[in-house]
Amino acid sequence: MSRNRHPLFVPLILVGGLIFGFGLAYSHMARPEVVLDFLQFDDFGLLFVMFGAAVVSGIAFAAMPRVRDRAPLTGDVYGRRLKSFDRNVLIGGAIFGVGWGLSGICPGAAYASLGIGNVTILWAIAGMFAGAYLQGVWRSQRTAAETAPAGAD
Amino acid sequence: MLAELAAPGQVVPAEPFPNGISRYAIGGLLVGLGAVVIYLGTGIAAGASTFLESTLSYVSDQSRFQQYLASRDWRVVFTLGIVLGAAVYAVFWQGGAWTTDVQPWRLLLGGVLVGIGTRIGKGCTSGHGVCGVGSASKTSIVGVITFLTVAIVTAQLVQALGVSP
Repeated sequence: MSRNRHPLFVPLILVGGLIFGFGLAYSHMARPEVVLDFLQFDDFGLLFVMFGAAVVSGIAFAAMPRVRDRAPLTGDVYGRRLKSFDRNVLIGGAIFGVGWGLSGICPGAAYASLGIGNVTILWAIAGMFAGAYLQGVWRSQRTAAETAPAGAD
Repeated sequence: MLAELAAPGQVVPAEPFPNGISRYAIGGLLVGLGAVVIYLGTGIAAGASTFLESTLSYVSDQSRFQQYLASRDWRVVFTLGIVLGAAVYAVFWQGGAWTTDVQPWRLLLGGVLVGIGTRIGKGCTSGHGVCGVGSASKTSIVGVITFLTVAIVTAQLVQALGVSP
């Protein structure tokens, strides 16, 4: 990514975040109880949040690369969000699933939950940072071990 | 006979949408719109969980976090936007603060697992769920199916064990 930033780069990120967070609050997904009701099959409304959002972004991801080549504020090429598949997608997804099912909270919804005044959610946010830190330490050490001179392991 | 067909073991609730669908649909469209605004201007498909690691790079020298040095500032702005946008809803529509009754141990332990899982699994509900599925990424679709299925099983199990709220 080129990083001679346009003066509107940060304001635009803020506006996007504002709309994103307002939407999470409006949909009630920022409330763990609503997510748990969905996962326990008491209220299927959350399907509309996830797929509604995916449809809107899907239209943009499909259309923009055909309309113009590069984004105005970064000069970056419009592309899709494609990540390589490996075992980690399944392992990480399963760990995330246990956490989401236990707590009813995911990262974006947790930030929005703080915004609606839910100070109790700081337990979850603290937990997320701790979890991200743990895996970061673990993976940093593993990478260091893999790049170390052969024969040590 | 019809009654038998209509009652398949209580899996489907009597009323699938007890709170209607408009709040969910409108909220979902706005979540998508927020992601699209950022994408149109910058070409970035933003996810919410990367913020956890990128922000840790301010305080930790672990090599894993160093890849986020270039994006950590705007990711803070994105997260602040999410908090503020939700606060606007709380002030003008919700009528003040709302707090959860879900027990702190569930939030803390669940949060730790969410922090580990989203980062190992390459994305969360917004990265995989909104941007990835919107990109028709097979990796993201498999990721969403994985975490959604496991979350459903977990939540039902926790409920069956009598843990509430």
